[in-house]
Amino acid sequence: MKLNIVMKKALRLVLLLLGVSAAAFFLVSISPIDPLQTNIGQAALGSMTEEQIETLRQYWGVDVPAGERFLYWLSDAVRGDFGTSLLYRRPVMEVIGEKAGYSLGLMTFAWIISGVVGFLLGVISGACKERLPDRFITGGALFLSGTPAFWIALVFLTVFAVELGWFPVGLAVPMGVPADQVTLWDKLYHACLPALTLSVTGISNIALHTREKMVQVMESDYVLFARARGEDPRSVVLRHGLRNVILPAMTLQLGSISEILGGSVLVEQVFSYPGLGQAAVTAGLGGDVPLLLGITILSAILVFAGNLAADLLYSVVDPRMKKGGEPR
Amino acid sequence: MSEQNLNTLLKIRDLSIDFLQYERGLRRRITHPVSHLNLDVEAGQMVAIVGASGSGKSLLAHAVLGILPYNAVMTGTMEFDGQELTKKRIETLRGTEICLVPQGVSWLDPLMKVGSQVKDRSALACYGLGPEVDQMYPFELSGGMARRVLLATATSRTPRLVIADEPTPGLPLDRARRALSHLRDMAEDGAGVLLITHDVELALEVSDRIAVMHEGTVVENALAGDFPYPQRLNHPYAKALSRALPQNEFFGGGAI
Amino acid sequence: MRELWKNRRGRTILGIFVTAVLLAMICLAGWMWSDEALLTDLSQKNLAPCWAHPFGTDFMGRDMFIRTVTGLSMSIRLGVLTAFASAVLAALLGIGAAVLGKTADSVITWAIDLIMGIPHILLLILISYAFGKGFLGVAVGITLTHWTSLARILRGEVLQLSESRYVKMARKLGHGAGYISRVHMIPHILPQFFTGLILMFPHAVMHEASITFLGFGLSPEQPAIGIILSESMKYLSMGYWWLSLLPGAFLVAVVLLFHWLGHSVSALLDPDSAHV
Repeated sequence: MKLNIVMKKALRLVLLLLGVSAAAFFLVSISPIDPLQTNIGQAALGSMTEEQIETLRQYWGVDVPAGERFLYWLSDAVRGDFGTSLLYRRPVMEVIGEKAGYSLGLMTFAWIISGVVGFLLGVISGACKERLPDRFITGGALFLSGTPAFWIALVFLTVFAVELGWFPVGLAVPMGVPADQVTLWDKLYHACLPALTLSVTGISNIALHTREKMVQVMESDYVLFARARGEDPRSVVLRHGLRNVILPAMTLQLGSISEILGGSVLVEQVFSYPGLGQAAVTAGLGGDVPLLLGITILSAILVFAGNLAADLLYSVVDPRMKKGGEPR
Repeated sequence: MSEQNLNTLLKIRDLSIDFLQYERGLRRRITHPVSHLNLDVEAGQMVAIVGASGSGKSLLAHAVLGILPYNAVMTGTMEFDGQELTKKRIETLRGTEICLVPQGVSWLDPLMKVGSQVKDRSALACYGLGPEVDQMYPFELSGGMARRVLLATATSRTPRLVIADEPTPGLPLDRARRALSHLRDMAEDGAGVLLITHDVELALEVSDRIAVMHEGTVVENALAGDFPYPQRLNHPYAKALSRALPQNEFFGGGAI
Repeated sequence: MRELWKNRRGRTILGIFVTAVLLAMICLAGWMWSDEALLTDLSQKNLAPCWAHPFGTDFMGRDMFIRTVTGLSMSIRLGVLTAFASAVLAALLGIGAAVLGKTADSVITWAIDLIMGIPHILLLILISYAFGKGFLGVAVGITLTHWTSLARILRGEVLQLSESRYVKMARKLGHGAGYISRVHMIPHILPQFFTGLILMFPHAVMHEASITFLGFGLSPEQPAIGIILSESMKYLSMGYWWLSLLPGAFLVAVVLLFHWLGHSVSALLDPDSAHV
């Protein structure tokens, strides 16, 4: 890859992050929500002295103008300091690091499983267009795509955790067990159902897109010609179908990190899973602006990385791009 | 049509192809791109199907190869080598005894190397393509190279029936002639060749017979030697085609 | 009528009609029941589904069927409103990007990238926080997050049209911009716009439910579907499955109906996409 393309991408990322942080900062600064009232409560505020309230106002940064606050925040942020989480009373990066440990595993698992399963279902569906397997898969995928992630999570929780008792009802670790006694098995066991739920919510998108692409491929001239050359349907699907749909599918899956992130917010909320998503909700509800900004920036970087990887994938894998030809 | 020829390879009787389509609003429409078509191809002969684009020529080829779209309904009978050409039989014959030379480079898998798409790689050399072509992707082929690669896909074994669907458009005249001479060679070797083209002049140069297709059916079936003489033809559309040939225009025959 | 039924297009049109009436009825019923939805009867609390209460009752003895319909009615109205606003925004910005010159184009394209670069839910949280949560926050949030893909489509369409041969020809013939857009542009853009609009409904309804579920949307006193499901979480472990299962299933049904409606309308407007 040429240097100036790298520079261009880097510049785009910087601009994007600037835009994201400015927009996010603007949004939280126009909010009428008073963080003091939300987190300390009217009654508690009433019983405090003027000085106590003043200290709190300073802590929550209520009186500093938004523009000024943004510049302070930005100049710290470029040095890697995203401030202190007001609710957790710890540096934002530390909180995010801890929460990301839980979330990234969950999301990676769901990303891979939903990608692989969705892709295979899409290929089968597209290869059997308008036949029984296709109707089942397309129907199921359409049903899933119309189902909010949190409701799937609720149903799974009811069925598998409450009624059948196969999985714990929530949280990332057993309740009441000291942190140093939690085993890896405990963590995995608690992550199972959330990860499964998140995988299921991600399947429909990739399955439906792969099906469309597969149908296109199966109706293409080159598949027609492969059949005319005597290749049987199995060989057509395996030799030509897979080859031509895997790139678009991978691109799509890399571009859908945003959806997985969004889904994890809802799923974590249902399972009381202490990941990034739940932290974002807590931060939003409690007016913890630094934490909310930090999570927003991190997810913007992840989404950008996904899109960048998709671009790179094409230029590395697709022979038409690799050899300087025109992409389709 | 003359009486039944003993070495008739492909015999098509009363072939019709219907399509079911929906138009804007509520209308459902059935189109008949091919209707009541009869055609014979003999072994060792080259038969050219000529006609305007959209006259159903390609569909005829797809019907013989069993690769019609799913919303097509086919009626009529086809025989290959004296036996009925059923769906099952087509599946065993295509690629070995019945071969297609397709229209263009879009008929090659864009993500598969050329070598893997030609059954017998030595066939590439027969058409003067170097070993480097084997490792190329279809998008890297020039127009002429692509044409030869497509021919090579058909000739990798010795087919008994070759169907060439518009193998010449976009080629300069000498290249087109060379491509057709390859097909002619296959006929000389004993194969039946069905050439689908809209270029009547070129077809006349190499074919034994000319079948004129008009509005989905074969309206004229003439020896190549008879075709330049409008008075020897029956159907008005075939006569018009004949009159439009350059030699007839030169002799004043083009005036209708 | 029988002729209509035999023909798939006829069935589609009938289906569109029935679906639209059904959705309108839910909407209307919820509107009329908005007081009943808050009616409590502590002698009837936590009842499993039965004839008198098909969806059961909750911890305050409120009828869950009435609450669900009311909540869905709210979601549908909010969804339709925000989808409309979002589609209009998409049309303005998408067409604006295509015709207002290079600067406007790059600003709008960048804004689209920006919005698509943040997960929807997170952006919804931010926007709803900015507007002090509640109805306004959700409405503005959904409006501002859903316009991007339709805007992209419309922008591309207008760009492609203005490069097309017949538009260029019309320009050469001296037709004004008004004539060209009326005769050559709008007939092509309008179907795209309507399809995009209707396909936006299910997403808007779903996101409204999601953001309310998280606690950012409508206030807890309102019988919104997200609130109902959020409340149901507290009673899951007690085995009151009907509190989450039935209202959620109803929500899914409404989303799917909207989805089907969108696809049917787009298939009618664009016959190429629907053979056999």
